[in-house]
Amino acid sequence: MSSHDTYDTTGPRDVASKTQEARMGDVDERFNSRLRELFGSTPFILTKFDAFLNWARSSSMFVLQFGIACCSIEMMGTYMPGHDLDRFGTGVPRASPRQADLLIVPGTIVSKFGPRMKRLYDQMPEPKFVVGMGSCTISGGPFQEGYNVVKGAEEIIPVDIHVPGCPPRPEALIYGIRKLQDRVQHGESAPVTVKPYELEQFGDVERDEVVRELANEIDEETLVMRYNWGDSP
Amino acid sequence: MSLEPPRPEETLEHTDDRETLEEILGDHAIGWEDHVNAQGVVIRPDEVQSALRALRDEGGFDHLTCLTAQQYADRYESIYHLTKYDDRSQEVSVVVPTSTDEPVSQSADAVYRTADWHEREAYDLVGIEYEDHPDLRRILLPETWQGHPLGLDYDQDKPQLVSLSEHANPIAEHHHDEERDTMFLNIGPHHPATHGVLHLKTVLDGETVADVEPDIGYLHRCEEQMCQSGTYRHQIMPYPDRWDYVSAGLLNEWSYARAIEDMADIEVPEYAQVIRTMGSELCRIAAHLISIGAFALDVVGDFTVSFQYAWQDREDVLNILEDLTGQRMMFNYFRLGGVVWDLPEPREDFFESIRTFLDSFEGSVDEYHDLLTNNEIFQQRCIDTGHLDPETAKSYGVTGPVARGSGIDYDVRRDDPYGYYEELDWDVAVYDGCDNYARVLVRMQELEESAKIVEQCVDILEDWPEDEREIQSNVPRTLKPDADTEVYRSVEGAKGELGIYIRSDGSDKPARFKIRSPCFSNLQALGEAANGEYVADLIATLGSIDVILGEVDR
Ligand code: SF4
Repeated sequence: MSSHDTYDTTGPRDVASKTQEARMGDVDERFNSRLRELFGSTPFILTKFDAFLNWARSSSMFVLQFGIACCSIEMMGTYMPGHDLDRFGTGVPRASPRQADLLIVPGTIVSKFGPRMKRLYDQMPEPKFVVGMGSCTISGGPFQEGYNVVKGAEEIIPVDIHVPGCPPRPEALIYGIRKLQDRVQHGESAPVTVKPYELEQFGDVERDEVVRELANEIDEETLVMRYNWGDSP
Repeated sequence: MSLEPPRPEETLEHTDDRETLEEILGDHAIGWEDHVNAQGVVIRPDEVQSALRALRDEGGFDHLTCLTAQQYADRYESIYHLTKYDDRSQEVSVVVPTSTDEPVSQSADAVYRTADWHEREAYDLVGIEYEDHPDLRRILLPETWQGHPLGLDYDQDKPQLVSLSEHANPIAEHHHDEERDTMFLNIGPHHPATHGVLHLKTVLDGETVADVEPDIGYLHRCEEQMCQSGTYRHQIMPYPDRWDYVSAGLLNEWSYARAIEDMADIEVPEYAQVIRTMGSELCRIAAHLISIGAFALDVVGDFTVSFQYAWQDREDVLNILEDLTGQRMMFNYFRLGGVVWDLPEPREDFFESIRTFLDSFEGSVDEYHDLLTNNEIFQQRCIDTGHLDPETAKSYGVTGPVARGSGIDYDVRRDDPYGYYEELDWDVAVYDGCDNYARVLVRMQELEESAKIVEQCVDILEDWPEDEREIQSNVPRTLKPDADTEVYRSVEGAKGELGIYIRSDGSDKPARFKIRSPCFSNLQALGEAANGEYVADLIATLGSIDVILGEVDR
């Protein structure tokens, strides 16, 4: 390019288009999107790294395919045509926790399932988020008084957004997920206190044969959950 | 009643009256009780097997529907509810009391295979031990659980510990030799093919299933306790919606309504019966649609087409039901003695919407046949897999589409009529393929039959004179059935016979509320249908049995 070309006097608009042309020159036509055209001569966007990453995170959340109870039927309805959660960038359910960063907990958590859910949550890579769907996940819902029902997912894992309802309609779940995306995009996270699950000996539990046997066998690898029904809210 | 020729069992002799039972049981009977639904006979805890065998072989009671266990102040009691596959209207309750200090009773497993799981549940929740039981351990609660929650002295505030450890290969030892080398495989509780939180402990010999044991209880929500702490009039009805939660709500509600209405002598106006019948059949359509769609998902991995089509049709049904009841899925529409409110206004629009749905539904059913049942791949995956012969099915107490796919002609709607079914023209779908394919065909035909029923109900409702639209009979505000009244009543749910046992203690809450869930018994037969088949067919068989874990675990 000669110096004469550089000081071409045909006006700023032309300079811009020239630069743009130059820039677009080596790019395959198919990559020349409307967005690129709009950015015009500016080949860079300036933003904070965090803002960029949070935007990316919030716009492509991978949900763990996770069904527990009635609420999961409504959750499936949210994925289906009609509501199509996918169009919000959150609709790709993954069968493995290793590939997911959003856990929607749709249903009643009972003592036997608690440790399993904890393990799945632990297996998800950071950063990870949780949406609690339905009254059961929030508090035990209609089964709160049950001898076997955990009074909310929050007893076991931290929850970012609670979507109330029994079950919440698909619209409500979408609203909850959009809220979460909004928060993630702004880098907010919920300061949630998790009641610690404990790996512990069998302490003050009355001993019968089973407990004695388990107490002997227990090792560090075994996840043991203790439910203090009396202290639960 | 359907327009089929009269069924031969109408000529069967009745064996459920007291004289005949006395003759069959002889010395086994040590006392007699009157339950609302059936004659109750008391027997000794160490004679359970011989008494039940006599009833099965001489009396023809080949269907152990349910086992209810309960604790009184001075004794434990197990009640075996028996009936006949050939004649649902004949019933008998076998009551087995045992002492509180040593609650041991003989196991019925040798007579009815289904007793296996039922007795484990009774042991788990109430605390009765069964002698000679092949495998008496907890079934719904974790193994480390302390105490029996439905027993009288249970302390619910006590802390509990639950561990999560690896499962050992249960048959490694028996099969470990040069040729056979088995592998243990956990399927679930978090797995797309288990349709919820079910854990299958599977042992594979190569690709073949050598052993499979369903491990349940991941959704045991204490439904029986919840119902026992609610008042009859209003507080129990919301719970049935949450048993089989795949939109089968009204069918479930009917099971409770039927039991309590029989117990407390409540009449239901005819108009309400028609509405109930129509709503229930819409629910059956919705539930079967999910079942068929999900099954297609299991066998042909077809998430996009069949499942979403089925879902879309279900969504249409749900919209109608939402108009009718005011809620999606958790309808809470039945009331004792009727329904909560009349059809939505304007009625013409409501009928119109149902008719529009039914018209398009006919085409959808054809489409499902094209997509699935006439599809070669689908047929290859389904025909002759998951074989369940009628004798085995009966001994496991299997009911619903699974039983009818094994050629067992049994449908509570026809055999023990309730609601408005008797007045309508419809057929019971029965196929005797005994395989996964037959079970799908049954559900497909039931979709059409239900549509037929709904159509007839709409016609009837449309012509109902305006001043005779009585939706509820007069029911006392507080319901207190006489103390020690006992009733066991069942209806045909989406998955099979859904039964409720209630014992009253004279207060406004039931003293014992027991749910007989069809999925619980059907799932128990999974091993019989899947052993020796490929693991992929195990997944298909599980799908065709159509379990809903909310109902299995209750
Ligand atoms: S909140 Fe309601 S709908 Fe959801 S799992 Fe609980 S009972 Fe079912």
